[in-house]
Amino acid sequence: MAVALILVLLVVASVLFHVLSPWWWTPIASNWTYIDSTLVITFWITGVVFVTVVCFMAYCVWRFRDRPGNRAAYEPENRRLEWLLASGTAVGVAAMLTPGLFVWNQFITVPDEATPVEVVSQQWLWSFRLPGADGKLGRAETRDVSPENPLGVNKNDAAGLDDIIIEGGELHLPVGKPVRMLLRSVDVLHDFYVPEFRAKMDMIPGMVTYFWFIPTRTGTFDILCAELCGVGHPQMRGTVVVEEAADYQAWLEQQQTFTQLLASGEPQPAN
Amino acid sequence: MVDSPAGSAGIVPPAEVAEMELYHPKSWWTRYVFSQDAKIIAVQYAVTATSIGLVALVLSWLMRLQLAFPGYFAFIDADHYYQFITMHGMIMVVYLLTALFLGGFGNYLIPLMVGARDMVFPYANMLSYWIYLLAVLILAAGFFAPGGPTGAGWTLYPPQAVLSGTPGGQNWGIVLMLSSLIVFIIGFTMGGLNYVVTVLQGRARGMTLMRMPLTVWGIFTATVMALLAFPALFVASVMMLFDRLLGTSFFMPAIVEMGTQLQHDGGSPILFQHLFWFFGHPEVYIVALPAFGIVSDLISTHARKNIFGYRMMVWAILIIAALSFVVWAHHMYVSGMNPAFGFFFATTTLIIAVPTAIKVYNWVLTLWRGNIHLTLPMLFALAFIVTFVNGGLTGLFLGNVVVDVPLSDTMFVVAHFHMVMGVAPILVVFGAIHHWYPKVTGRMLNETLGHIHFWITFLGAYAIFFPMHYLGLLGVPRRYYEMGETSFVPPSAHSLNIFITVMALIVGAAQIVFLLNLVWSLFKGKAAGGNPWRATTLEWQTPETPPAHGNWGKDLPVVYRWAYDYSVPGAAEDFIPQTQPATDGITREVKR
Repeated sequence: MAVALILVLLVVASVLFHVLSPWWWTPIASNWTYIDSTLVITFWITGVVFVTVVCFMAYCVWRFRDRPGNRAAYEPENRRLEWLLASGTAVGVAAMLTPGLFVWNQFITVPDEATPVEVVSQQWLWSFRLPGADGKLGRAETRDVSPENPLGVNKNDAAGLDDIIIEGGELHLPVGKPVRMLLRSVDVLHDFYVPEFRAKMDMIPGMVTYFWFIPTRTGTFDILCAELCGVGHPQMRGTVVVEEAADYQAWLEQQQTFTQLLASGEPQPAN
Repeated sequence: MVDSPAGSAGIVPPAEVAEMELYHPKSWWTRYVFSQDAKIIAVQYAVTATSIGLVALVLSWLMRLQLAFPGYFAFIDADHYYQFITMHGMIMVVYLLTALFLGGFGNYLIPLMVGARDMVFPYANMLSYWIYLLAVLILAAGFFAPGGPTGAGWTLYPPQAVLSGTPGGQNWGIVLMLSSLIVFIIGFTMGGLNYVVTVLQGRARGMTLMRMPLTVWGIFTATVMALLAFPALFVASVMMLFDRLLGTSFFMPAIVEMGTQLQHDGGSPILFQHLFWFFGHPEVYIVALPAFGIVSDLISTHARKNIFGYRMMVWAILIIAALSFVVWAHHMYVSGMNPAFGFFFATTTLIIAVPTAIKVYNWVLTLWRGNIHLTLPMLFALAFIVTFVNGGLTGLFLGNVVVDVPLSDTMFVVAHFHMVMGVAPILVVFGAIHHWYPKVTGRMLNETLGHIHFWITFLGAYAIFFPMHYLGLLGVPRRYYEMGETSFVPPSAHSLNIFITVMALIVGAAQIVFLLNLVWSLFKGKAAGGNPWRATTLEWQTPETPPAHGNWGKDLPVVYRWAYDYSVPGAAEDFIPQTQPATDGITREVKR
């Protein structure tokens, strides 16, 4: 029976594609391996359901096709079977949801020792701010943004004067140290997205959003914008370099502080 | 539980109100153009929705051409690309699928299937169509306005939707889009109230709610949902229009745009997202529930078997409808809302999988021990189950908050929602048109053309969207005009993009076969007779085919049994129409 055969072939092709295709996630570079594991559990459960349902359907199409003398059974309900299937589904759903919520709790609980790192987005450029020697970021407001003060750091907040300002450049992070990414936008929605870190979060003007992670391997990774932000959306790229602590310190010392930026008086070219 | 004693199923209450005379058309204009006949209005809705849908289809070709051959077609620049995806998405979701299922199928099938002469408010019903047409024209005017249509993405997120970095943001585009949505919702409300009141008040004697075909249950529930969900989009559109035209700040915080401080302050972009998805998630089910209902009836009729677990199916529809109002923020897991919401919305979202899975099981169990006629409606129904199961299951990835984090805003999402609310419902639309075309026109659609169209559409669409998930898994973001240089997207991904585009062109072109079939069969199709599928429901028992104005001749039908008396043991035929009295003792019906 051609239709039943095609349905089975569709299932076989889908499974083969899943197993053999070269397109899979990029090697992870953060602590969020649990996210990958939950995803794999979900693939298994949903994969089994898909194969079972479509193959069962193909069997029915073949076995109960219209033939001379064939007549359908009359069976309006089967309470037991219906509740059995509903309960089985509920168990499968719980098996996916439980680890999911467990990992989500970790994802939104930032460890105290995490270093704050601010990302500031605008059409279509990434900028960054790191705390200075005091370990604290000063206050910042969209209203304070000007050509001399591209990130809108409050000049009257002493905590901000030693902040490191990186406008449109590379972000460096030390490997193995938890970071709390504080996300801020001065114009429209953006989304800080590094595929290798698995985490992403939208950036909203007027709010500070966040996520946290631990970079687990050194390397250079692309930053992409994952929330449509106008025609320049695909060109909004940046780079994050994860490196050993010593290399990171050497890089950090070359960056200018907010005070130095103000003193230099030379406005950075706007985008 | 299953059987009821002979005779008791035939209880029919007396008529409660006298019949009212319908408005009878006096000229060609009032018969075919400004018609108050729900059947004509249905065809008007269907033709308008399909026409604007074809525009959206062509837009999808253009965006696929850009993705496969970036920069090759000079006229598809970034501005145009974003305008194409925006208009494609909004047209397909609102102006095609919603209008076609509710305005098209709802208008045609509700009065016929519940045994009414027409909708209860025929004049408002007519207005509903003309206001819908106006909304479509305002939307299409965007293509000719200075600056073109909006390119904000179909979600229209502010602030970018009303700023100059987005095509149409500071021109006409966004204004026309929001105005069109407002007009659409006004028109829909007139139609929607009609559908609801007709189902509640216009049913024939004996047509209890639990005897209604699932098609009516699906459309009815979807309409109630739409009446509750669209107002959220309505107010969001009005508020954004004020932000854009009057300089208010409902959704606009302090903003520095390209170095300039704007006058806005204090608004909340995320408020718009809550309003949008409070509409947007029920909208998924506003499209899906009519499809669920229709596919249940297609499967039952063409497998010659009662729908399995009818009561469970009705309850599943109602539970899905209720739950779908408390899952909206699963579209916003990485939006920056309070992350604690994730626990709640992930739980509600995954709970919805249970009633949805019950529906799938019951469709498949209806096939079990059936007598399956592989007609085109049945083939489309089978294809729907495959694509819906596939798309529904990938929803479990995106609904499970932490799995959504890496996948959200990637091509995985695009693949998921196209499979589940694009391909699957459209396959039901095709199946439904094959099923009811004989009633609408009196002629059968051509089977050869139907098979060509079916196989290319089903397998082709699957080949487009199944592999697309893996691009998302790889990390390819959605809404990228071009991927550009990255360290993580291998060149092979680009060849996959070319494959997807080629398939999209083929599947799109196959729709011409379907349109040809519609036109050719109108004149040359085999005569259908009144009940070619030997179906039980009322629309197949009309005295005339196509049914005349008023549907039923002199006397309204009287209903004696549920809609699924197929292959009843002991009956001579393998179907018993709902209008057949239970005098022969052969009466089986699920009783409460």
